[in-house]
Amino acid sequence: MEDLVLWSRAQFALTAMYHWLFVPLTLGLGVIIGIVETIYYKTKKEQWKTITKFWMRLFGVNFAIGVATGLILEFQFGTNWSNYSWFVGDIFGAPLAIEGIMAFFLESTFIAIMFFGWNKVSKGFHLTATWLTVFGASISALWILIANAWMQYPIGMTFNPDTVRNEMTNFWAVALSPIAMNKVFHTVLSCWVVGAAACIGVSSWFLLKKRHIDLAKKSIKIAAPIGIIAILLTIYTGDGSAYHVAQKQPMKLAAMEGLYRGQTQAPLIALGILKPEEKIKQNDKNPFYLNIQIPYVLSFLGYRNIDAFVPGINDILDGAYPTQDGHIPLSAKEKMASGKIALQALSDYRTAKKEGNIYKAETSLQTLNANYANFGYGFITEESQLIPSVPITFYAFRFMVIVGTFFLFLFGLMWYLGYKKKPYENYKLLNWLCIAGVPLAYMVSQSGWVVAEVGRQPWVIQDLMPTYSAISSLQTSSVITTFIIFCLLFTILLIAELKIMFKQINKGF
Amino acid sequence: MNVFVKVFRFYYEGFRSMTLGKTLWIIILIKLFIMFAILKIFFFPNFLSSKADNDKGKSEYIVNEMEKRAVKP
Repeated sequence: MEDLVLWSRAQFALTAMYHWLFVPLTLGLGVIIGIVETIYYKTKKEQWKTITKFWMRLFGVNFAIGVATGLILEFQFGTNWSNYSWFVGDIFGAPLAIEGIMAFFLESTFIAIMFFGWNKVSKGFHLTATWLTVFGASISALWILIANAWMQYPIGMTFNPDTVRNEMTNFWAVALSPIAMNKVFHTVLSCWVVGAAACIGVSSWFLLKKRHIDLAKKSIKIAAPIGIIAILLTIYTGDGSAYHVAQKQPMKLAAMEGLYRGQTQAPLIALGILKPEEKIKQNDKNPFYLNIQIPYVLSFLGYRNIDAFVPGINDILDGAYPTQDGHIPLSAKEKMASGKIALQALSDYRTAKKEGNIYKAETSLQTLNANYANFGYGFITEESQLIPSVPITFYAFRFMVIVGTFFLFLFGLMWYLGYKKKPYENYKLLNWLCIAGVPLAYMVSQSGWVVAEVGRQPWVIQDLMPTYSAISSLQTSSVITTFIIFCLLFTILLIAELKIMFKQINKGF
Repeated sequence: MNVFVKVFRFYYEGFRSMTLGKTLWIIILIKLFIMFAILKIFFFPNFLSSKADNDKGKSEYIVNEMEKRAVKP
């Protein structure tokens, strides 16, 4: 079973990460295209139209190769994750259906006008279509991110023991949960960072090649301020994400920080090298070979109070620490016991219902409801299963923050140089750095998802369903087979995309 | 001119005058064919539908699976 869980996770991760190669550029480049075309609309200068059409061509290639790659995830829900799909179908169904109807129709209608409509519809109508395409793509992301946020912080539902499904009781609580809103803005804005980095990187290549210098410089002048605004807002919403993680998923925060034993006035680890797990078990107070700390910052970021106690992994397992609202959380063992009671109560309820024993059904239901918050712990056999991979979460988080900060300086520098008399092309090393920024932006974007998804393990739905209970009883070999098929298919598609993309870039404006 | 005819012509001429778009459409169609005609049918059947015909049977199956995987008290 352990192998099956790992392969199912690996397959889902592969598909999601592949899908996420296309989404950020669609959302990010879309905004740049919208702004450039708006300038064309205002100024009526043909060079802005040329710039718009060039970036639109790259947008089109990315959109076409990426389209429908997300559907494969939905295939996997039905086959590999059937327990999960059943358990949450009612919650997940609504956002995904809205996404399908709203976003699909918005995108598919207006993208045609975007590409076919030059000289056929008015400039104003074309511009509207472009912005509506961008808006449609963002709305599409909105619903998926709301669904993902619900998995991290399940809210607005009740569990129906007759159908064994969670049923949505408050749509707005799901759609407007603070975690969802923060996630939406953080993710969409980070996509703008990718778009800006791609635009600046490709333009820098033209500068190095001494081709289309004027148009490339104009593109950078548009992308750099968008990049700065986007990265600043991404940092701001990232802080909001970390704050929510501290409140709702303290284990994830502890893993992000490599914090095994909590402390008041906790420092943030700016950089660090973790010891192997075995060594940490012997002495959990110093899990690092070396680290650079920023005093008080973790307490402040997590709880807006420099004196706040930030629980470590072992504190969370032991449960013996006061939270900010003053209560002592249950230990892992207590939660596991509560989860077992919940699962047993579900079983008793259904048996009593079949036997027509109304009294027993009612008391079992009360027991289930009282313990439902820990339902997923009933599948956990050892406390150690509740700890996500600390090295992956820790290093992915640092990579995201450090390289994200690099983009703040890079965009800032590019914006500043835009006001100099002979900007950009004089700085060859900087141009190369901008080109290197393109893959780096993708890696940062992916690492954000790694932090979010690896850091919440073992949960598919926080506290309610671990991955172990979410997967279907399939043969491991069949999951491995489809994993290999996806690897081949995705590699071929990626090569096709890169080949077409590079060809289009080489053609120039 | 009828609005539907206008829309049809808009798309028709748009598709006809495509250059790069033709390659992209070929890739999209091949991809969709692989996804729906091969992957979905042969590798990604609806697992629960193979276990039960109706919602009641599916919920029974899920409960049984949960009981199997739950830690025994």
